[in-house]
This record gives sequence, structure tokens and C-alpha cells, in this order.
Amino acid sequence: MNRGAYVLRRLAATLPVMAVVALFLFSLLYLAPGDPAALIAGDNATTEEIACIRASLGLDRGFAARFVDWSGRVLQGDLGQSIFTALPVTTMIAQRIGPTLSLMAVTLLLSVGLAVPLGVLAAWRSGGWVDQLVMAAAVLGFSVPVFVVGYALAWLFAVQLEWLPVQGYAPLAEGLWPWLRHLLLPAVALGGVYVAVIARTTRAAMLEVLRQDYVRTARAKGLAPAPILFIHALKNAAVPIVTVIGIGIALLIGGAVVTESVFVIPGVGRLTVDAIQRRDYPVIQGVVLMFSAVYVLINLGIDLLYTLLDPRIRY
Amino acid sequence: MALLEIENLQVHFRSGDGIVRAVDGVSFQVEAGQTAALVGESGCGKSVTALSLLRLLPEPPARVAGVMRFEGRDLLQLSEREMREVRGNAISMVFQEPMSSLNPVLTIGRQIAEPLRLHQKLSTPAAGRRAVELLDVVGIAEPARRAGEYPHQLSGGMRQRVMIAIALACRPRLLIADEPTTALDVTVQAQILELVRSLQTQFGTAVLMITHDLGVVAEVADRVVVMYAGRKVEEAPVDALFRHPQHPYTAGLLRAVPRLGAAAAARLAEIPGTVPSLRVRQAGCAFAERCPRVQPRCGTEPPPLRATSAGRWVACHDPLPAPTST
Amino acid sequence: MSANPTLVPSALPELFPPLRPQRGWIAFVRRHPMVALGAALLTMIVLLAALAPWLGTVDPTRISPIARGRVPSAAHWFGTDMLGRDLYSRVLYGARVSLTVGLAVAVLASVLGLVIGTLSGFLRRLDGVLMRVMDGLMSIPPILLAIALAALWRGSLGGVIVAIAVAEVPRVARLVRGVVLTLREQPFVDAAVAAGTCTPMIIWRHILPNLAATMTVQATYICASAMIIEAILSFIGAGTPPTIPSWGNIMADGRAIWQVKPHMVLIPAVFLSLSVLAVNLLGDGMRDWLDPQQPQRI
Repeated sequence: MNRGAYVLRRLAATLPVMAVVALFLFSLLYLAPGDPAALIAGDNATTEEIACIRASLGLDRGFAARFVDWSGRVLQGDLGQSIFTALPVTTMIAQRIGPTLSLMAVTLLLSVGLAVPLGVLAAWRSGGWVDQLVMAAAVLGFSVPVFVVGYALAWLFAVQLEWLPVQGYAPLAEGLWPWLRHLLLPAVALGGVYVAVIARTTRAAMLEVLRQDYVRTARAKGLAPAPILFIHALKNAAVPIVTVIGIGIALLIGGAVVTESVFVIPGVGRLTVDAIQRRDYPVIQGVVLMFSAVYVLINLGIDLLYTLLDPRIRY
Repeated sequence: MALLEIENLQVHFRSGDGIVRAVDGVSFQVEAGQTAALVGESGCGKSVTALSLLRLLPEPPARVAGVMRFEGRDLLQLSEREMREVRGNAISMVFQEPMSSLNPVLTIGRQIAEPLRLHQKLSTPAAGRRAVELLDVVGIAEPARRAGEYPHQLSGGMRQRVMIAIALACRPRLLIADEPTTALDVTVQAQILELVRSLQTQFGTAVLMITHDLGVVAEVADRVVVMYAGRKVEEAPVDALFRHPQHPYTAGLLRAVPRLGAAAAARLAEIPGTVPSLRVRQAGCAFAERCPRVQPRCGTEPPPLRATSAGRWVACHDPLPAPTST
Repeated sequence: MSANPTLVPSALPELFPPLRPQRGWIAFVRRHPMVALGAALLTMIVLLAALAPWLGTVDPTRISPIARGRVPSAAHWFGTDMLGRDLYSRVLYGARVSLTVGLAVAVLASVLGLVIGTLSGFLRRLDGVLMRVMDGLMSIPPILLAIALAALWRGSLGGVIVAIAVAEVPRVARLVRGVVLTLREQPFVDAAVAAGTCTPMIIWRHILPNLAATMTVQATYICASAMIIEAILSFIGAGTPPTIPSWGNIMADGRAIWQVKPHMVLIPAVFLSLSVLAVNLLGDGMRDWLDPQQPQRI
């Protein structure tokens, strides 16, 4: 089977999953308390007016019919309308997506760039003080919540030392360095758990690989530690490491919601938090749906990446 | 001066609840161009000896003591960097498991070219060409195509040939072969042994063959060293060993080999008992419990290694006399 | 031609000093310092939470406008928040909420995951559907899932618990299903079937005991995760109702003036982190002891 067919097949396999997600989120919307029709009609509306609006919005039909309707609109890119601002949800997301993507990209690069070498080092010097330190730091990374790290970093580096801005966001258009310096502390805070997970997995995968016979062969050839670790070993450990990088993006997405709150970054996360406080269900649901779709696609991409990493995996 | 001189080699491991004395005082020599066989059953310490020659044992759980002189230099005194120059270059090793000894994500050609680029400083294209030549030398058909393939696309016998190509790439003076044929079919075994022999003649490499298979010993060895429970018990030229084993353990090994034409219902002659635990240092002879010729002093006095004739050593209080008939 | 006669082993040195076997709990602490630390920390915090009324606390919800925004002092050991409530009391009572949420979510998610995973493992026809649903739920980042659910049940601690539990169930279910599928193939299950044991009995007697270790370890990880998610939810206003003090709530209250009065956020943060750390350390220790095969979380 050639590569194109394989890609299509994997893509098709994500459809049932997305269908479940869609059904689930729609059910939440359906069950949500509050009556959108009443909100739109206003305080002084009569029951007939509300009923009229409800009918025009199609809210008086059954679950299945409304689900089909909603799904159809979603597939065309219409995620509904915000109860609060009456703007299309997609528009609101599009307005805020830049900062969130920037934050996640910087976090991803920093985290992977830090975690993988740390994991490799810990595995190479397994049992030594580097290993213990990395493991201890990993447990700490799991244990301290994102926003706590955020506040701690902000307090130290921004309030006390004043090296970096306390909050805010500078778009890339204003220059690379302003953009980076606003994102640095949030990225470190957001990446805490991510680094811990990746470092741990890297270490475990490398330990497993370093025990293998082919590493012994490499040493018997007289190779130095660096080529053994990074050419012979790491490529073999790549599959679980890349897997966890993909799965861990869920952490980035979830954590972004909080991090944007702490550092006042005008991204989709802030949008979500505002929507929660205003009980703007279409926005909440739209954001969650979008992020889930992105997450599924990213993991699909990683799935396809496996064939490049390991020549034994056939498609 | 011999090519390789090993004196009183000891390799101890600290494992969870005890100390395993895998090798506890082994000495022997290998001459240039010669094939020496290191024989013994599983767990006798022969593989550990081989691995410690190239210092491939991880040092924290293991500790190595003794003298390993290669071309006059004690390998145990070398720094790690100096040792890396020896590995794959002056001394090479072929391992037992061809199925797992090659890196699955790198091409064959790349893996053969590595020692060439490292030790002989060949450029990548030059090393690649030489790798293809080496594949041809070890008898792999269509070497240019194979060089671009991955290990999982080759059979076990072919992978072992590749391992041999890697080992001989830089013309080592000593090749250590750790049970190179154990994991292969019998027909392929013969081919591999033949290959090693012909390459040895061609390049003048000395070979240290580690094996538990006396058939392999008979095929390729010039001299034989017999190990038991981490100690050397006998050493002799190969013909002399087979004709007249002096240590009861060696005799037991030879008797245990099944022979064609023996009475169909006859039991295989086995050596009763089991190998003693390596966690306890035996007071006397390690073989005492299983020896048919055991004497009272065997349990308390360790037998010293004695020369019995030119080029023969035995560690036994009461070695077997020469057979009166063949 | 060959070497000088070898020295006999007794004449050769010992390369390692003799080992001394270590017993008792001092040896345990030395061998597993992290687990011991985790256990000690958790015990302390549980005690603080349980004994809160007798440890010098006042009513955590009592508002006192004159004592607003005080830093830690002799009168208020942890200071007060912007409504004049004593933070020391709030933090201690908040411990009860956070620990309860952690425990409740762990139990609920474990039970649900166990049921779903076992059903999936035994009933082929349900397996496909159930696992699709689990995959779907796992595709939604956990915090977002919890947010989406918690938004439905405003103002209810039980709602928060259910919301977080639902986010954790898929992983448990997958884990249980995997173990069940493996166990089903084991000879002792065939033997039980041949002896005429009915399926529920097989599950009860043969499958569940084998799952116990894995599930216990998993439960500790869920507890830690739940405490963090609860704090995050409370922090963004989607979690524990503001009338009940939880560490997340307390931090949320202190958000506005954290730059000026960091202690309002910092002190509950330290308590939360220590608690989660303790549970994580315990979880790792239990995994090493009970179920070393299990991969680390995530």
C-alpha cells in the first residue's frame, strides 16, 4: 500500500473519534442551563416572544435534529454565535489565536530543547547525581501547578528583579525580542509539566535502548559517547519520545488557559476563562471543539511521522 | 612476547544482595595469527572474560583486576579515550546475537563504514565504497544493494557476516568471537566458521573463539583453554586436549558430546550436579562436588595450576593419566 | 608458551568490600528516601486537615472588614485576605476540600474505569463502542473537558468531582481493559471456565486481585492530578463554589493584588504543591514496589 492511501486511512480513522467528541460537546450544550432565547429576548420579553425566538433559532426541535443541524454547520466552519457578544465564535477565536499559538510554539521548542537532552543525560549517567537531580526535578514539575509556577517566576523575575515584563503580549510585528521577552516567563511556566513528562519518557526510553546489544556493538567499534547517544541510541528511542511530545500537547492546551490568565495574554485561553465567567456556552464549546480537532490532527501527524523514524514500520 | 597476555584476571560484580565473582583468577596467552578457544558451559565466565578484554563491562556494577597485556600495553591501565582507539581497530569483537547486534535504524553500509571513518579517517564516500568491498569479501551477494538496506531485511547468517565485516574493517590484530555461531542454523554455522578461518589466513588475525561447543573447537582452534566457575582448569593444544583430557571436567565435557553410531538406547553421559554459585568463593576446587575422582583434599585445598608437559596446564590434584588406547 | 601459573583464587584479593545486609525501617528510608518523604509529608497534611478545628483556627468564612489584607503576624499567622478572613484557618480547612476532592475523584474514576474497562475486556461487542467513546474523551485536553463539564454544574462541589473524574476515567478504562485482555488469555482463567465458574465469579476472584496493584498506583496519580485540576478550575472560576474554601479558591481571591501581597497566593500554593508532591512520591514508590512494569503516568 502506498503512502497516500495510508495517510487517508489514518485520517479516516480519526473520524469516529471526532464524531464522539462532537456528540459529547453538543450534549453539553444541549444540557446547559440557561435559555439562549431568553437572553436574546431580554428582560422584558413576553413568553410568546421568547417562544418565537426559540422557534426561529431551531431550539424547539428534538436532540437528533438539532445535532444534525449543528454538525452540518460545524463542518462548514460555523461554530455558532457567542451569547455575550453575538459575534461568530470563529471570529472571536481567530482574533485571539495569534498569542496562543505563539505561546505554545515557544513553549514547545523550549521544552523539547531542554527535556530531551536532560533525559539523555540522565539515562547515560543513570544512578548518578545528574540522574537523581533530573528525576527529582521531574517530580517537582508534576507537582507544582502551572499557575503557581507562573506567579513564582513572575514575582522573582518581573517584580523583584525586573528583568522581564510582568504581563502582557507583544505581537511579532513589533519585533522579535519584545515578542520573545513577553513570552519567556509564560513559556517556562507552561512548559514545567511538559518538560517533566518528556524528560522522564526520554530517560526511560534511552535506558531501554542503551541496554540493547547494538549499543554494545557501537561501543565495541570504539565510538565515543556522543555519537552513540545521539546517533545510535536516540533514533531508536525516538518513537516513544515523539509520542509523548504529541500527547503532551494536551497539557500545553489546557495549561495555556491558566497561563494566559496569570500573565494577561490576550489569547484563546483568556477567551475561555471569560466565557466561563459569563456562561457563554457556545464559546466554551467552540473552543473545546477546535482544540480537540487540532489535538487529534497533531497526533495523527505524529503517527505518520513514525514511518520516517523507524524503517521497520511498514505502511 | 605473545600478542595477548592475560594474568590473574578477576571480574567481580556487586549485585543486589551479594558479590558475583564471575572471573576469579584466569591467565592465558594468545599468539599472533593463532586461534585460541575459550571453552566452558554457560555461566563459567568466558563471555565476561571476552567483554572485559575490550573493557565493555560497565564499571560501577563490575570491578576488574589483573593484567591484560596486548602488544606489550596493559589494557587495564589505558584511559577510556586510549581504549576507544583500540576497540574496533586493533582488537575487534563479534557477538553472539546477530539478530540484535545491528542497529535497526541505520543502514548496513553506514554501520560498516563507521569504524573506517573513525579509525582510518576515511571520508564518507571512500568509507562507503570500502564497506561495499567488505560486504563482498564476507560473501554477501549484491553488496552494493545490500549496503543501502536495513538489518531487518537480512537473514541471521547474513547479519553475522555483516558483523564480521564490521569487525575486520580496520584489520585488527585480534578478533574476539563470542559464540558467533550459537544462534545460527548448523549449515550456516559451518559457513561462518569457514569464513572466519579464511579471513584469518588472509589477514593474519589472531582469533579468540569463545564457545561451549566442542565441535567448533575441533574445527578452528589451535589451543584450548577450559574454564569452569570463573577459573581456568585446563589448557592444551587442541589435538592433545581431545586425545588426552587431563582435567576430569574436560573429560566429562568430551564424554557428554553425543556420538553417531552409539547404542541407540544409551543415556547421554552427563556430569551430575550443577555449577556452584558464583557468589560464594569456593574453598577448594570448584569442581569438587561433581568430580568422579574427588579426594578429601579437593574440598579444602584449591588445586594450583601445574604444567604437565610442554604447553599443557591443569588445575587438578589428580589429573587423568594418558589413555592406554585411543 | 602460555602464562605464568595462575594464582589460586584464595590468593587473589576481593575486589569489593563485604556487604552488610540492612533491615528495619531505617534501611527502608535509606533505600527509598523519596517515598518516606512523601509519606511523612502527606501524613502531616492529613493531620492538619483532620485536626483543623483544634489547631487554633477560627471560622474560615468569617468576614472582618477592618482586618483586610494583613500580612502574616502574631494575630493572623498567615495573614488575611481581602475580605478580612483569616488565611491560616482558610488554608487548613481548604486542605480538607482539596484532599477530599483528590480522594473522591480517585475513587470515582477508578470504579468507573474499572467497570468500563472490565466490560470492554469481556464483551467484544461493547468493546468497540466503549473504546471509541474513551478515545473521544481522551482527545479533549483534560482541563478543557473538566471545564466544559464543570460549567454545567455551577456552584456544586459534587459537580466538580464528577467533572474531573470523567476526565480521568478514559485512561483508567484503557489500562484496565489492557490488563483484562491479557489476563483472559492466562491458563488459570481457562481452568476456572472449565471448572464451570460463572463469569462474574471469574472477574471477582481471578481478575480483580490481579488488577489491585495497578489500580492502586494509578489511583494515587489520579488523586494528585485531581488536586491540581481542582485548583486550576477554582482559580479560573469554574470550580469549587466561592463559599467553600479550597486552595484554588484562596489563590483566586488573592489574584488581583498578588504583586503587592504575594502571601495570599504563595501560602496556599506551597501547601498545594507539597500535598501533590507527597502523593506523587508515594505513587512512584508504590509503583516501584507493587507494579514496576507499569509505565509512568502519561
